[in-house]
Amino acid sequence: MTALPHGTSPAAAAAAAAADEDDALLTLDDVVKHFPIRRGIVIKSEVGQVRAVDGVSLTVRRGETLGLVGETGCGKSTLARCMTRLYPLTSGRITFDGHDISRLSPRAMRPYRRQMQMIFQDPYGSLNPHRRIGSIIGDPFAIHGVADGPERKRKVQELMELVGLNPEHFNRFPSDFSGGQRQRIGVARALALRPKLIVCDEPVSALDVSIQAQIINLLQTLQSELGLTYVFIAHDLSVVEHVSDRVAVMYLGKVVEIAERAALYSTPRHPYTAALLSAASVADPDRAAVRQRIVLHGDVPSPIDPPSGCRFHPRCPKAQEICGRVQPDLVPVLADPPKHVTACHFPMADGEKLGPAPAEPADAHPPGIGMR
Amino acid sequence: MCGAFILFLVLVAVFADPLSHLIGWGPTQQDRATGTTADGLPVGPGRIHLLGADQLGRDVLVRLIYGARVSLVVGVSAAIAAVLIGVIIGLCAGFLGPAVDSVLARLMDVVLAFPFLLFAIALVTVVGPSELLEIAVIAFFSWAAVGRIVRGQTLAIREREYVEAARSLGAGNLRIMVVDVLPNLIAPVLVYVTLLIPISIVFEATLSFLGVGIIPPTPSWGNMLDDAQQGGLYQVAWWFLTFPAAALVLTTLAFNLLGDSVRDALDPRTERLFAK
Amino acid sequence: MLRFLIRRTLTGLLVIWLISVVVFAIFFIAPPNVAFLLLGKFQASNQQLVEQVTAQLGLNKPIPVQYWNFLVRLLHGNLGYSYYSHEAVTTLIGRALPVTASLAIGAAIIWVVSGVLIGVLSATHPRSIRDRLATLFALTGLSFPTFVLGLILLFFLFYKLHLAGIDWFPGSGYVPLTQDPWQWFLHLILPWITLAVASMAVYVRLARGQMLEVLGDDYIRTARAKGLSETRVTFRHALRAALVPIVTQFGIDVATLLGGAIVTEQVFGLNGLGALSVSSVVNQDEPVIIAIVLLAAVFVVIANILVDILYAVLDPRVRLE
Ligand SMILES: Nc1ncnc2c1ncn2[C@@H]1O[C@H](COP(=O)(O)OP(=O)(O)OP(=O)(O)O)[C@@H](O)[C@H]1O
Ligand code: SF4
Ligand SMILES: [Mg+2]
Repeated sequence: MTALPHGTSPAAAAAAAAADEDDALLTLDDVVKHFPIRRGIVIKSEVGQVRAVDGVSLTVRRGETLGLVGETGCGKSTLARCMTRLYPLTSGRITFDGHDISRLSPRAMRPYRRQMQMIFQDPYGSLNPHRRIGSIIGDPFAIHGVADGPERKRKVQELMELVGLNPEHFNRFPSDFSGGQRQRIGVARALALRPKLIVCDEPVSALDVSIQAQIINLLQTLQSELGLTYVFIAHDLSVVEHVSDRVAVMYLGKVVEIAERAALYSTPRHPYTAALLSAASVADPDRAAVRQRIVLHGDVPSPIDPPSGCRFHPRCPKAQEICGRVQPDLVPVLADPPKHVTACHFPMADGEKLGPAPAEPADAHPPGIGMR
Repeated sequence: MCGAFILFLVLVAVFADPLSHLIGWGPTQQDRATGTTADGLPVGPGRIHLLGADQLGRDVLVRLIYGARVSLVVGVSAAIAAVLIGVIIGLCAGFLGPAVDSVLARLMDVVLAFPFLLFAIALVTVVGPSELLEIAVIAFFSWAAVGRIVRGQTLAIREREYVEAARSLGAGNLRIMVVDVLPNLIAPVLVYVTLLIPISIVFEATLSFLGVGIIPPTPSWGNMLDDAQQGGLYQVAWWFLTFPAAALVLTTLAFNLLGDSVRDALDPRTERLFAK
Repeated sequence: MLRFLIRRTLTGLLVIWLISVVVFAIFFIAPPNVAFLLLGKFQASNQQLVEQVTAQLGLNKPIPVQYWNFLVRLLHGNLGYSYYSHEAVTTLIGRALPVTASLAIGAAIIWVVSGVLIGVLSATHPRSIRDRLATLFALTGLSFPTFVLGLILLFFLFYKLHLAGIDWFPGSGYVPLTQDPWQWFLHLILPWITLAVASMAVYVRLARGQMLEVLGDDYIRTARAKGLSETRVTFRHALRAALVPIVTQFGIDVATLLGGAIVTEQVFGLNGLGALSVSSVVNQDEPVIIAIVLLAAVFVVIANILVDILYAVLDPRVRLE
């Protein structure tokens, strides 16, 4: 799909229609992020691209939590880093609070950085082991020249208290804390400048289950107290179900379905969503009983050379000839309301059960290559 | 033990003046009367000259003491300067992206591929020898090795999530380099400094030995050894070779041992190595 | 592989070119009084003669032009004539090269072979007396400045033995290999040891550390479990993996070889490239210095390329891309 620098793609139009325009805090319009694979002696020639994010349009509404799920390597983290403009975009447009931030330089991005923050997956990797946590949490103040000296210390301690850390501990090092406490440090740092949007990239995946609940509760409490908007990334569907108002499902760099939580979990339209749901451990025993497990065959294809047409077609039990040729649009299907959009030629009817996936992929593609 | 020796050396260097006063000879004072024999040969260790005299009747012990001062001043300042340059350039090469990196990495290649001793000799001959120039030359040819290692470590640290976290907060390159990357380099930097000091001391002695370092008559261990070699003097006056050589070897040995223990203390990798 | 070679050769050429610029720049900053050097004291006062010589050498042209002419001559293999002895630079270098080559190659063989051997043997018995002795040797060797070691060897193995009536080791001079191999060998033993010890110490430590690490690796355990003999495991499997950083170190050491040769030749009175470079620096003999520096740089670059190739041969994980 080519980028339309001005004007809006059909998918974005649908997505925008799904959300109330005035309510949009963050709008992605056909966002593309390719990582070039270079090779060469003096002049580096581009021999290929990792199409990590390949045309994503969605809207995040003020005050909501948008869940983002998908298998590993489908581009969730890359999309998150595009949203917060940690990566330059290959193409597409990002509007934050009414401002187009898609082409801003790092310097021009600075004022917006105060309003959008990230919480990272790895509570060990995201805190510098050589710095005291008081200074880590105070970083946002130092960078934006907000508070100094005793005032900064007071603010840092307030934040620590807010996220449930002992404010006396501000002189300790990250290694003195457990994983859950470290994630609280990360949350405190993200909150420091009272941002509007927080993008949480798998904030609890690295934690023990018991601690996951604590952090999620903390995030939810903070959301209602401070009126935050979250993008919440996870590969665990039950976590996403617990926190999200709406959920977007990603597959190989594309969003395949977006719907309100209840609709997505009760009537998934995309076969991939249905397969994910059937594979997930479902908390509700009634639902678990009726849902038979569908195991997807084959590996996720490589984002370097994604399948033609619908990217899911080599693994899709419902795939037909057209799926390999024509890429389906992300639009309301069957009798869905405009806020439930699906990219599938043959969406699942209400109550339809997914048959077994094809044993042999219909279209042989090389297995996914881990680049990291 | 090596720490004690280094401390001793530092004290000797600092109190060189009162010490030489105590011993009774100046560093360049020529004792024509008792320092050389009737046929012009230097006298050996004895009551008048504790460690003997040199061909001009100068006291070897006093000259050794002043030589320690030269070695320490040149060795330590050159090592620190080299590490400073190496860290700054290595940090920039590793952090500021491929364009800066390829230029700086090439620069390090050039410096490392340079026949440095020859260049040092050429430069000193052209500009004229001085202590400051000697420090500059040593630092100039030692920083690249440090720079290479720092670059490698920076490249790794750059990919850490906390660097990305700092970026997402709006921190600029300079701030991330100073606040987030540099603290990770403190341990290795300390190791480089202790390991570079003996290298710089040897470098200094070599330049002085070749006659392009410390200008005589100011004593340095290197030019004392040069004096000893001139005309095969060491063959008749063993003290003249032995004492400066011993001072030099013991000093570098002490610093090498110190560097080893600093590394063992700071680098968990080596710890694991020995535990196996 | 070919791509790799081309790339390395190109960067190598770049490095050599940069070095030529630097050397040229030094003489630009402080140009020697060439006319004086060439004509001698008396004729240098003859202004007309001086100008004639200067024009003949092209020294009256702007520096970039001089540099360009120098490059052109270089590409034709013409390194010019010594300002001092008036001989062709190629002749001077041709005379000195065999001395330095004998010295450097012999020393390199000694330090690599014995350094690695000592390191490996001490790693197979960590914490044994053998290991401790090796570590001690390494640290002491590392602490001995080359020239100090040379002087001490001279003092004991030449002078003291000489006094005792034993003349095994000549104190100075060089005998060409083609003339008398045995005398060539005898004259070089002490210089070889002098030049080799410091580097040898580095290799002992490196080989020991690497071997300790590799010997703990899984595939070595597998090899042992398969019942391969300990010697075979040590030398065929572990050493091969441990050699990689050693080879890298060798590439770095090659760059310092000329420095070591300068000092060693000075101590033992060998008329090699080191001695030639020192005397030409003292005499401000620009063409000779430039030639030697460039030769050394070419040598370093070639050695580094060879090292990279060896690296790939030794470590199947490395791809030359
Ligand atoms: N900097 C990069 N350079 C090249 N390829 C990259 C880069 N970052 C990510 N990729 C590739 O892009 C694809 C998407 O990666 P991404 O990290 O966004 O996935 P993810 O959905 O976050 O996976 P996970 O659940 O493992 O975190 C992967 O194939 C990855 O290998
Ligand atoms: S478009 Fe076709 S292949 Fe893709 S999900 Fe729908 S049915 Fe499956
Ligand atoms: Mg991720």
